[in-house]
Amino acid sequence: MRMTALLLRDIRLSFRAGGGAMLALAFFASVAALVPLGIGPDLRLLARIAGGVLWIAAALAALLSLDRLFQSDFEDGSLDLIALSPLSLEATAFAKIAAHWLTTGLPLTALSPLLGLLFGLPPQAYPALVLSLLIGTPAISAIGAVGASLTLSIRRGGLILPLIVLPLLSPAVIFGAGAVLAALDGLSNGALGLLAAFSLVTVVLSPFACAGGVRLNLAG
Amino acid sequence: MLRYANPKRFMDLSGKALPWLGAGAAILLGIGLYMGFTAPPDYQQGDTVKIMFVHVPAAWVAMMAYGLMALSAAIGLIYRHPLADVAAKAAAPLGAMFTALALITGSLWGKPMWGAWWVWDGRLTSFLILLLIYLGYIALWNAIEDETRAAKATAILALVGAVNLPIIEFSVRWWTTLHQGESILRPGGPSISAVFLWPLFAMALGYTLLFFTLWIVRIRTEILERRARSLMLGLS
Repeated sequence: MRMTALLLRDIRLSFRAGGGAMLALAFFASVAALVPLGIGPDLRLLARIAGGVLWIAAALAALLSLDRLFQSDFEDGSLDLIALSPLSLEATAFAKIAAHWLTTGLPLTALSPLLGLLFGLPPQAYPALVLSLLIGTPAISAIGAVGASLTLSIRRGGLILPLIVLPLLSPAVIFGAGAVLAALDGLSNGALGLLAAFSLVTVVLSPFACAGGVRLNLAG
Repeated sequence: MLRYANPKRFMDLSGKALPWLGAGAAILLGIGLYMGFTAPPDYQQGDTVKIMFVHVPAAWVAMMAYGLMALSAAIGLIYRHPLADVAAKAAAPLGAMFTALALITGSLWGKPMWGAWWVWDGRLTSFLILLLIYLGYIALWNAIEDETRAAKATAILALVGAVNLPIIEFSVRWWTTLHQGESILRPGGPSISAVFLWPLFAMALGYTLLFFTLWIVRIRTEILERRARSLMLGLS
C-alpha cells in the first residue's frame, strides 16, 4: 500500500460518521466563543490575548481526534494488516500525521481569521496568526501522534493523551502565540522561525517514535 | 552492567550498599545544613540567600533524576536489561517530588527577592513543564496494564521528554529572566563566594545520596512486589 493511498483513505474515513473532521472545527469555534464570555467584552484585552487563546483552542481541538488516529485501526485489525504491508510503519505514521493535519490543523488555520475578528484582532496581526497556525499545527499533529501511538491499547484512555501531549506542545504554543503578540505591537521576534524549526524537527522525528509505539502495542 | 541484571545479585549488593548510602546522605545533609545556618548573610539578600541551599540542590537532583530515568529507559528499550525498566519506573516519583520541592522553595525565595510568588520566565516555565512530563510519565505507567508494554511505552515517552532538559539548562541564557544566570559552570569559574559554595556542594552531595538511597529502596520494593505477584499467580 502506498503512502498516498493510506493518506487518502484516512482523509475519507475522517469525513464519515464518527470520523471527527468537522468536530475539531466546531470545538475550536466553541472554545473561542467561550473565552470572551468568561473574560468579558473588553475588546482591547481580547485582542491582546487572541493569539494565545486561539493557539490553545487549536491545540485542544487537534487533540480531540488524536486518540482515534491509530486506535480505530487497531481495534478492527486493519493496523495489523497495514503493519504487514510493504509500507514501513514510519511511513504509515507519517501518512496518518499528514491526514490528521489536513483534516484538523489546516481547517483550523483557515477558520482562525474569522475567530480573530471576534476577538477584535487588529489587521497587522492576521498574517502572523494564520502563518503561525499554518506552521505550528503540523507539530501538534506530529507530537499528538506520538502520544496516540503510546496510548494505543488503553481502553477509555480519556485524559491521559492530553496529559502526555500538552507539556510537549508548550514550545509550539509559546512561539505561536508569541508571534501574534509581537505582530500586535508591530515588532518582529524570531518566534515564527523558531516555530518552523520546532515543526520541522517534530514532523521529521515523530514517525520514528510513532512506529516504535505502534510496534510495541502490536507485538503484545 | 549485565552482572547486576540478576535481581538476586542486585538485591544482595544493594542491601549491603544501602546503609552506607543512607548514612552518607544523613551526614552530608547534616553538615550542609550546619554550614548553611552558620554562613554569613549575603550583602544583598540577607539571610534569605540561604534558601539557595535547599532550592538549588533540589533542582539539580530533579534534572539528574530525569536524566537517570531516561537513561534507564533507553537501556531497557535497547538492551532489554531486566532491571532497567524497574529503575526508570522507580525514579519517576522521586524526580517529581524533587521538582515540586524546587518549585515550592523557589517560589518561597521569589516572593521576598522578586516580589512575586511566580513569574512566567524561561527557567520557571520549563521547570514546570518538567513536573508535568514527570506526571504524564507516571500516569502512563499506571494506565497500561501489561507491564512489558508499559515499560516500552513509557521509555519512548521519557526519551521524547528528554528534549526538555537542555531547554531548562539554557533557558537562562536564551531568554531574559529574573532567575539567576549560570553562576557555577561558566568560563572563569564560579561567581559565588566560597562561603556559600561549600554548603551548597555539601547539600548537593547530600541530596544526591538521598536520591540514590530512596531510588534503591524503591527498586528493591518493586522487585519484591513483582516476586510477590508472580508467587500469587503461581498459587492461583
